[in-house]
Amino acid sequence: MNEFIEAQVSFGWEDLRSSYDVVIVGGGGHGLSTAYHLATRHGITNVAVLERGYIGSGNSGRNTTIIRANYGIPEAVRFYQRSVDLYSRLEEETGRWIMHDRKGLLWLVHGTPGTRHERARSIVNQAFGADTVYVTPEEVRQICPDVDLNAGGGEFRVTGGSYSPHAATARHDRVVWALAEGAMKRGVHVHQRAAVTGLLKSGDRVTGVLTDRGPVAAGVVVSAVGGHVSTLAAMAGVRLPIRTHPLQAFVTNHYARSFRPIVASAGMGFYVSQTPRGEMLLGSAIDRQPSYSYRSSYEFLSYCSLPAVTLLPFLRNLTILRQWAGVCDMSVDMSPIMGYTGVDGFLVTTGWGTWGFKGIPAGGEQMAELIATDRTPELIAPFSLNRFKEDRLLFDPGSTGTTH
Amino acid sequence: MVLRLDCPHCGSRPVEEWVYGEVPDPPDYLTGAEERDVDRGFMMSNTEGARQERWFHAGGCRRWQTIGRDTTV
Repeated sequence: MNEFIEAQVSFGWEDLRSSYDVVIVGGGGHGLSTAYHLATRHGITNVAVLERGYIGSGNSGRNTTIIRANYGIPEAVRFYQRSVDLYSRLEEETGRWIMHDRKGLLWLVHGTPGTRHERARSIVNQAFGADTVYVTPEEVRQICPDVDLNAGGGEFRVTGGSYSPHAATARHDRVVWALAEGAMKRGVHVHQRAAVTGLLKSGDRVTGVLTDRGPVAAGVVVSAVGGHVSTLAAMAGVRLPIRTHPLQAFVTNHYARSFRPIVASAGMGFYVSQTPRGEMLLGSAIDRQPSYSYRSSYEFLSYCSLPAVTLLPFLRNLTILRQWAGVCDMSVDMSPIMGYTGVDGFLVTTGWGTWGFKGIPAGGEQMAELIATDRTPELIAPFSLNRFKEDRLLFDPGSTGTTH
Repeated sequence: MVLRLDCPHCGSRPVEEWVYGEVPDPPDYLTGAEERDVDRGFMMSNTEGARQERWFHAGGCRRWQTIGRDTTV
């Protein structure tokens, strides 16, 4: 069997039409998920997804594929738990193997404030539908014997943590292609190598997009753009509370043993999981100043590796195989922004920062409902762009898994 | 090799000594006092390309300096 999912999917590529009911800019997970849910849940198929590169070539193909709902605020727990539930049904629904693997996540802390925080997280999670529990150091050892509970000679002693059995990983390009296929089978057009260069406007209203293949009229334009979103939004006259920061990650060579849970330590500033190929996949903090550069750095390898080998000593014996970077649309309160923008005909699903992959199914489902009904669904109402003006920020930096 | 910057007070120093900072830049078309305040507080141009920023030399002379930077390279 050909391992490349592109070779398995069955659909044809269509020519770009001059008009669609919905034009989605950005063929990543969120853009394709919105199209998929428009087609499957609402029968809206006169839809185009425009992607400047190839689908999944942005952050959807550069993330660390972690799916979890262990957030610290009710709005986020509810939203991400919906996404966790949709992910667990996605293989059955699409008929495509996305390599969904429910392996659990250990979120470790080193000291009293962290311990208190994880107790609070567990309570908030359970109250709003996620199965996160507080764990003692002894339980940490049972779940993941590789963790050095006395890490760094006691400097990073593990004092507890939280465990989320629901957490999973999935193969990111399979998710992208499964959603693309599901949408295209039902009549949605996905156009690769179709760059949006401007917006068509009539008065204050956005009425379509300009592409390098000509203008395309649209009933509604949805920005599902990643790091470059501010540039597109500026064309519509929309200001966003977003800075674009690079996020880097790397994988090691093959580790011969199975490493089951995802392990994260916000205090030490890294997280790790094992890919289906057996590589250890590590991520850490975003680059500290905003940038659109995809450059990888030695500095990142060094500041990510040191805490990793301190907490998980077996990693010392592995070597780094490759590294990469993505440019992330970081919202100022570290929560996504979905819905209306104040400009008619222009919607956004943005601010997905370093937490976008896990939100793909629910983000697309909710945006599709918003487009189809022209009403903001209750689940994503708190995530509107208006929250900044109304001083209802959803500040939850401790749950993003990276340090900021 | 770490990137070095020329500080007018301290000479050539590693870039890690500076702390990134920026200047609020509400666009001219925002005229209401409140919408300008909201913009100054939360929004940013997030410019792709050349831009002017204010960096703080925390590990050196502890002065704010205007630094030009191209965010695409």
